[in-house]
Amino acid sequence: MSEKAGEGEPLLRVRGLRMYFPIHSGIFRRRVGEVKAVDGVSFDIAAGETLGLVGESGCGKSTTGRAILRLYAPTGGEVWLDGHDIAHLEGGALRAFRPRMQMIFQDPQASLNPRMTVGSIIAEPLDEHAKLSRADRRARVLELMDAVGLDRRFANRYPHEFSGGQRQRIGIARALALNPKFIVCDEPIAALDVSIQAQVVNLLEDLQERFGLTYLFISHDLSMVRHLATRVAVMYLGRIAEIAPSEALYRRPLHPYSEALISAVPSPDPEVEARRTRIILEGDVPSPANPPKGCVFSTRCPKVFGRCRVEVPALLDMGEGRQVACHLHDQQRAAA
Amino acid sequence: MLDEPAAVLEVSDLRTVFATRDGAVHAVNGVSFSIGPGELLGVVGESGSGKSVTMMSLMGLLPSPPATITGGSILFQGREVREMTPRQMRHLRGGEIGFVFQDPMTSLNPVFTVGYQLVEPIRVHMGLSKAAARTRAAEILALVGIPDAKARLDDYPHQFSGGMRQRVMIAMALSCDPKLLIADEPTTALDVTIQAQILEIVRELRHRLGMGIVWITHDLGLVAGIADRVIVMYAGQVVEHGPVSAIFSDPQHPYTRALLGTVPSVTGPREKRLRTIEGQPPILTADPHYCPFSARCRHVFNRCRSENPPRLPVGDGHDVACWWDPATDDPRDV
Repeated sequence: MSEKAGEGEPLLRVRGLRMYFPIHSGIFRRRVGEVKAVDGVSFDIAAGETLGLVGESGCGKSTTGRAILRLYAPTGGEVWLDGHDIAHLEGGALRAFRPRMQMIFQDPQASLNPRMTVGSIIAEPLDEHAKLSRADRRARVLELMDAVGLDRRFANRYPHEFSGGQRQRIGIARALALNPKFIVCDEPIAALDVSIQAQVVNLLEDLQERFGLTYLFISHDLSMVRHLATRVAVMYLGRIAEIAPSEALYRRPLHPYSEALISAVPSPDPEVEARRTRIILEGDVPSPANPPKGCVFSTRCPKVFGRCRVEVPALLDMGEGRQVACHLHDQQRAAA
Repeated sequence: MLDEPAAVLEVSDLRTVFATRDGAVHAVNGVSFSIGPGELLGVVGESGSGKSVTMMSLMGLLPSPPATITGGSILFQGREVREMTPRQMRHLRGGEIGFVFQDPMTSLNPVFTVGYQLVEPIRVHMGLSKAAARTRAAEILALVGIPDAKARLDDYPHQFSGGMRQRVMIAMALSCDPKLLIADEPTTALDVTIQAQILEIVRELRHRLGMGIVWITHDLGLVAGIADRVIVMYAGQVVEHGPVSAIFSDPQHPYTRALLGTVPSVTGPREKRLRTIEGQPPILTADPHYCPFSARCRHVFNRCRSENPPRLPVGDGHDVACWWDPATDDPRDV
């Protein structure tokens, strides 16, 4: 990989990220194998951009997000944030980086302490990382509540007094408290009703514009990702299948998995639905503890051929910002 | 308009009230719909709109107290369900009416094999011998696309993946040849590619088996692809009902229109900003004498706040409970 800094260094650069979880078995809890939740993932996110990360449950998208934020210690690979490799930082050095990167969680019910008031939940990162006077701290909390559209009179209330959408706003305010540059949104709207989803998505877009935020938006909702993301990465069984600018991906997916995934999303238009050809994949996602040889998608791929079952496809650069890990395109390129 | 002679299920003016510490909550307020054989009715609405409570009321699955059905009639193949004895109800549930719930893990008993759980209702409802019931169970599992069905009868629920478990649930619901299948968000917990597999099975089976299906969901895209008719629910009422094409191409109720505007699509041009519906649905402590959507409606006028609109016919099999006419942007002449 050529390290050219001239064309604007990306805010986040992930290279060959691996996250394996050990499997222990027997009375001595001996290590008998590992779950390769994330296996060699590489991508860049430019400042102010939103990268959508999509895939089915168990494909490693959440683990990728958490490993980047160093909620796990990655097994291997590099995570460059703002020009520093944070993949193997420890202790105080890592702690100093924490304010720059934050997370918005899926379930606002589970990620907010029910015994803390909204004000103290939002102030908690400030207590940990910033030295503010009581008055400044209070002012900052109220400012954050305004920013996410929460009524400041509710600062002394508890999370259970709020609806799902409002609770998610509390989680967003907390994530914004330390002026982060980079936020991982892990399924932030999955637990919300459709009419509330739109409110939260619009809020995330407003905040991005106002504070120049960079998002990694993890979701299984492909239509929402299309709306929100500048570029999209499709993951399957711990690996990147395809990365492309959002519009290009949805118009013409290159990887057979992206193609099947997009064709499986129902469209809210009966006429479109009647005309569409659906690609129905056979079977389930294989276990990441025992992934297939060669291409991980080969067991379900409708376009599989001999080479797929032996050789792991590399992520090929297809031009126009598109990358795909599929032997089909390697052959087409060789033929052309 | 609603009375097809051969309706499998006909619900009219159903009302359900919950007694809570803070007083009564009117969860279902005069819901009417019908469903014919082989037909798929999509029921759309947000959480708390009363979709699930309506279906639970139909089947007598709500504990009483706190729930009471205070009015209406439920005709299943011409028989009044509300007058049935508990014994007759048990026969109906799982026998002539099948159910699929959202979460397959909590609806299957983890300590019994899938085969045991499938065989039991077949023996109870169809009076088959153990061996015959087992054969039938294996057939049904194969029908919903579970490979090596016979051997898998001896597996426990945890040995199945999420998509496979949901197929087991569908198999269980279909095992006694139901006339009606009620599916409450059956694919919400599943991945899209697995959802596509399940939808394909349902598309095929409903014609083959000729049963009516009620499909509850909040996913408008899903309804567009699978339903014949749609009812949109809000605050315990049916606010719009019609053929799927009419609901999507010519939505009449401001709520339906807003709901369609909030979902981005994977095809077509990208919208700059998603439209939102501000506010929250009301908690109804009484049967409303006003339109329950009026507090969030962009087209609200005086009559909406004083009179709850009835379902007015607006086209072929299409009706809407709204005083506002989107064609003229004026109040309706009624």
